Amino acid sequence: MKKKLLSLIMVGAMVLSMTACGQGGNTGSGNTGSGASGNGALTGTLKLGVIGPLTGGAAIYGNAVANGAKIAVDEINAEGTGFTIELQAQDDEHDAEKSVNAYHQLQDWGVQAIAGTVTTTPCIAVSAEANSDRVFMLTPSASAVAVTEGKDNVFQLCFADPNQGSASAQYIFDNKLATKVAIIYNNADAYSTGIYQTFKAKAAELGLEVVSETTFTDDTTDFSVQVGDAQSNGADLVFLPIYYTPASLILQQAASAGYEPKFFGVDGMDGILTIEGFDTSLAEGVMLLTPFSADATDDLTKNFVAKYNESYGEVPSQFAADGYDCAYAIKAALEFYAAKNGGLDVTDMSSADLCEILISVFTDPDFSADGVTGLGMVWDTNGQVNKQPKAVVIKDGVYVGM
Amino acid sequence: MLAHLINGISLGSIYAIIALGYTMVYGIAKMLNFAHGDVIMVGGYVSFCSMMYLGFPAPLAVLLAMIVCTTLGITIERLAYKPLRSATSLAVLITAIGMSYFLQNAALIIWGANPKAFPNMFKDIEAIEFAGARISPVALVAIVANVIIMVALTLFTSRTKVGKAMRAVSEDKGAATLMGINVNFTISLTFAIGSGLAAIAGVLLCTAYPTLMPTTGSMPGIKAFTAAVFGGIGSIPGAMIGGILLGVIEIFARAYISSELADAIVFGVLIVVLIFRPTGLLGKQIHEKV
Repeated sequence: MKKKLLSLIMVGAMVLSMTACGQGGNTGSGNTGSGASGNGALTGTLKLGVIGPLTGGAAIYGNAVANGAKIAVDEINAEGTGFTIELQAQDDEHDAEKSVNAYHQLQDWGVQAIAGTVTTTPCIAVSAEANSDRVFMLTPSASAVAVTEGKDNVFQLCFADPNQGSASAQYIFDNKLATKVAIIYNNADAYSTGIYQTFKAKAAELGLEVVSETTFTDDTTDFSVQVGDAQSNGADLVFLPIYYTPASLILQQAASAGYEPKFFGVDGMDGILTIEGFDTSLAEGVMLLTPFSADATDDLTKNFVAKYNESYGEVPSQFAADGYDCAYAIKAALEFYAAKNGGLDVTDMSSADLCEILISVFTDPDFSADGVTGLGMVWDTNGQVNKQPKAVVIKDGVYVGM
Repeated sequence: MLAHLINGISLGSIYAIIALGYTMVYGIAKMLNFAHGDVIMVGGYVSFCSMMYLGFPAPLAVLLAMIVCTTLGITIERLAYKPLRSATSLAVLITAIGMSYFLQNAALIIWGANPKAFPNMFKDIEAIEFAGARISPVALVAIVANVIIMVALTLFTSRTKVGKAMRAVSEDKGAATLMGINVNFTISLTFAIGSGLAAIAGVLLCTAYPTLMPTTGSMPGIKAFTAAVFGGIGSIPGAMIGGILLGVIEIFARAYISSELADAIVFGVLIVVLIFRPTGLLGKQIHEKV
């Protein structure tokens, strides 16, 4: 009996491993090049995967991206042009290992391109795998340089960290927001450390005085020391290149210490107003650098904000806008290729072939994409995007453009 | 300097209140209740929900959290630990770790993974200025609550009949049974007191550091356990001294040495203390272990 069971398990394992091999093999061969339909039109169905934290401490980001992408996909599918997108979102809980598992799950589903991953540390892990598998990735919000560095198939829709850090310093300097700056950053996190380094370099270049630099790690809940250091050094602006959960603790602990500097955040600060139970008056006056502001009056933004509000009952964050733009940027790139090469049918095209097509378009100097996070976004060969940053300030619990 | 000291004492007071739960249960049932940290988290969530969703005033929310946590503590003891009373200590330890994960994942299902910001119940009270340092109301409440609890527990174990029964059980279970003490009731009572204190600690912890997640209790739980060992596990004053020292060391290490190394330094101090005093700071002087 036991032997029988064992042999059954062995057979099962063999069958499984064989099917797994089969799928692995498929990505390399199969459909080669454009399934030209002759008229320059883009047709077929694209399987687009999203990977991000749908649960866990960074869940607000992942859900926003997935919701934003869903709206874009619904719009594209409703156009009836013969091109449709099938979307699948996988949860990675902002964990590198789980993210790679999510990526494998998407591969089993037959994913052709990935809009993800949402957060930086998992993205570095997944992009390494995607690079050797030749799967195209356009990350909505993973902003570290390491995400794209040395990987020709990985592109960013958001600013890379160096740009965020230096743009923040530049913005603070240009608008004379502060004379003495304190920085509190998470040195266990690539995202936070990356922005900190470029901010500091730019601040030194501009002559912006940094009077306090303190760090924390993922488990930290007590920020009295960091806040106290900034306060005792007389910083009138605290730069927070961190995610919103620790930022909410810092705001609260600064308030209880009677310290009222200006706070300046980056895109990770986005989401702070949506924490359940958070006293939004604490975030009053907090500034953040973001390419998207929901109160912009252009048609693209108005349409997106209205649809998002209708579907999910809240104002979209920058991450939702990033997710929305990712789907449209990939569509724009495929259209660009189809127009140049007499049409393209993406149905069942291997992810590797699609990857080469998308790389050629994204690095094409003539290609640019418009979206709610910026008009005329262009990409360089490193995979970094170039667009205009905007700053917003929190007033009466909502973002207002500065 | 003074500000750091006050912050340290207030953090340490919270550790001390949590450490009491570990130390009492260890003293009497001779087991490490690793689910204790997660009872704190449940206390935090219960008070959060009763304030945010039911609109209870803060004192009522704390009371409700204490009732729920006390019931939870007794239930955990009855269902998970009592059947293992005669099992090896390793089996009980593993059960406690399992219970800890069970509570965390149950919270994940019930309340979701998104962090919640705990409302500040001392919002309208001004911080006190003292010699240039600001003492926040929650810090003051934590310190005062710690002292009151410590005095009350010491009196309880030395003056009352059930308290004396607790000490008897902790000294010798068999002899206590022969003397007519209901050992099971005494152990349940210990869990009840420990869990009720956990609810208070949970509310204080979440008010001082207002992010509430299913894992909120785990790190403070481990630190408080360290505090209990540091002060001499089984000893009530030991838990208090251990907790406060740990809090102060942690804050000072973070302020003057390095914020990354702070936790390493805290645990390093524990190792040094245990090398020279294997029973902890007060482990030897105090004979009655409750």
